[in-house]
Amino acid sequence: MADFDIPELQEYTVVPKLKEGTMSHSSPFVSKEKFQSALGYPGELVENWEDKLLEKMDDLRGRYRSFQVFLDSCVKCGACTDKCHYYLGTKDPKNMPVARQDLLRKIYRRYRTFAGKFFGALGMPGFVGAADLNKEVLDDWYSYFHQCSQCRRCSVFCPYGIDTAEISMAAREIMDSIGVGQKYCNEIIMKAKTIGNNLGLPEPALADTLEGLEEEVEDDTGVAVKFPLDQKGADILLVTPSADFFAEPHVDGLIGYAKVFHEAGVSWTMSSYASEAANFGMFIGSYENMRTLSLRIRKAALELGVKRIVFGECGHAWRVAYSFLNTLAGPWDFLDQNYPIPQHICEFTYDLIQKDKLKFDKSENDHMTLTFHDSCNVARASRMGDKPGGQLDIPRAVIKAVCNNFVDMPPETIGESTYCCGGGGGLLTDDLMELRVKGAQPRMEAYKSVVENHGVTNIAAICAICKSQFTKVLPYYKFGMTDIVSVHQLVSEAIILTGSEDDVDSDDSNENESE
Amino acid sequence: MASIEVNGKNLDVDEEGYLENLNDWVPEVATVMAKLDDTELTDAHWEVINFLREYYDEYQIAPAVRVLTKAIGKKLGKEKGNSKYLYELFPYGPGKQACKYAGLPKPTGCV
Repeated sequence: MADFDIPELQEYTVVPKLKEGTMSHSSPFVSKEKFQSALGYPGELVENWEDKLLEKMDDLRGRYRSFQVFLDSCVKCGACTDKCHYYLGTKDPKNMPVARQDLLRKIYRRYRTFAGKFFGALGMPGFVGAADLNKEVLDDWYSYFHQCSQCRRCSVFCPYGIDTAEISMAAREIMDSIGVGQKYCNEIIMKAKTIGNNLGLPEPALADTLEGLEEEVEDDTGVAVKFPLDQKGADILLVTPSADFFAEPHVDGLIGYAKVFHEAGVSWTMSSYASEAANFGMFIGSYENMRTLSLRIRKAALELGVKRIVFGECGHAWRVAYSFLNTLAGPWDFLDQNYPIPQHICEFTYDLIQKDKLKFDKSENDHMTLTFHDSCNVARASRMGDKPGGQLDIPRAVIKAVCNNFVDMPPETIGESTYCCGGGGGLLTDDLMELRVKGAQPRMEAYKSVVENHGVTNIAAICAICKSQFTKVLPYYKFGMTDIVSVHQLVSEAIILTGSEDDVDSDDSNENESE
Repeated sequence: MASIEVNGKNLDVDEEGYLENLNDWVPEVATVMAKLDDTELTDAHWEVINFLREYYDEYQIAPAVRVLTKAIGKKLGKEKGNSKYLYELFPYGPGKQACKYAGLPKPTGCV
């Protein structure tokens, strides 16, 4: 099945002995000229790249105070060393967060600190944790900054709050600026910028796909649930990852959102112009590209005249939406200020559940025992609802409202300590399959423990990347490909649509309960 | 650039073996690519490959998985209109492996 060794799952995750260089060969395909230029970057490694690299590093130090602080404040305490799923799965010491940071920090120290310049001039930069810049260093950057899923688990444990994700984003932005980009991310950003979504799904194909879903749901339930596209004057704009249109189990989540909107009786629409929630601009640390993509959402909202924006199940999209959208594409003064701007689909559904406006037959999900995988960007970089930890509680509350059987994975593997799925941060590409499989080990061990001890059969998530990653890696660990489900897929299974056969069967006594 | 030999001609393919130039496709491309994966193409494979090509001609994109399973279900019977059947035919994933044989670009994004 694979041309690499698949880790053997332990009862719980054990910190492995170091094995130098186990992943030095891992390196994603390099971007092409046409993708680079579409994003505003040089097509290949520029001449005098060493100077340009330092220039860009200085630019980012000036733009982001956090980046400067992170470069200066590490005291090498070691708290982060065993926190990265890629280190735990690959044993490669360069996948320890501090070592990953130091790939960049040693260059900063060599050329931008007194100690580095002094000892560098004496030919012994290593004495102060500095190093000379050369092609080997750049190759190391390309390899190991594409072995970080920017999940921020290490930053939770760092006493100084150093965020390796920001360092790896900066490193990728620096590399892009000298002409060394990653094919997977940059091709996708080009498509999102020109066509409107990561897949490159043009409007006619999107319309055809949604029409097919309408037929499917009506065949299934007898109720005409709509999947509106580009409907001017709708109240709500749904922005969802394009994987929701394309892949399984994502599409079952999309069907769930549509059923919830239908039962809520709201008018809603999707946009073919802004048909993507994901924003890969964040993965490559590019403010400009992030902004360009976010502005598509603003333009669509204005043109369609919506009053609210709701985001579908997408992890990093929710980080960008919740934390950055106002800066990138605000002000949102034209939207209805009585609702969260933007709102997560889980918040939307949870709100209706709280108000008792949805009816469920939980037994529809009785063939499953669920656990929930907290997606890193939701868990550690955003919020839902109006209480701290809402981003952890609300998805679980939604699951528990529609399922009878739910068990959490061990506490050190969920919540703010959640392990990444292994495919986040722009690494969800076949050329990094070894990394993805090995990086999934800690999550798979946590899953195994609830499968074996509590009879868990399925794992739910609210992130398109997590869903695709698990679909791919679960079989490597002898689990079923379809163990992974969307949270709103569970909602979709249990929800009783007004006027459906289930509704008539189950509910004669409850008529006229409208408030 | 890598290439594959089809009918005595060398056709350019990308790092992952997808055709660089979609107009290069002839049915033998699928046969040659399948052989590289140790797969023998049956009529069942061709049903999928042909549908992918028709859909791509109309929409310039590979069909979403539900569009594909529905079309196959209509043609070959409901019991085959699901992704389990497609994965049996194309173990590396219908979206990717079948697209490759059909000469379509690889689907990108969070899929």
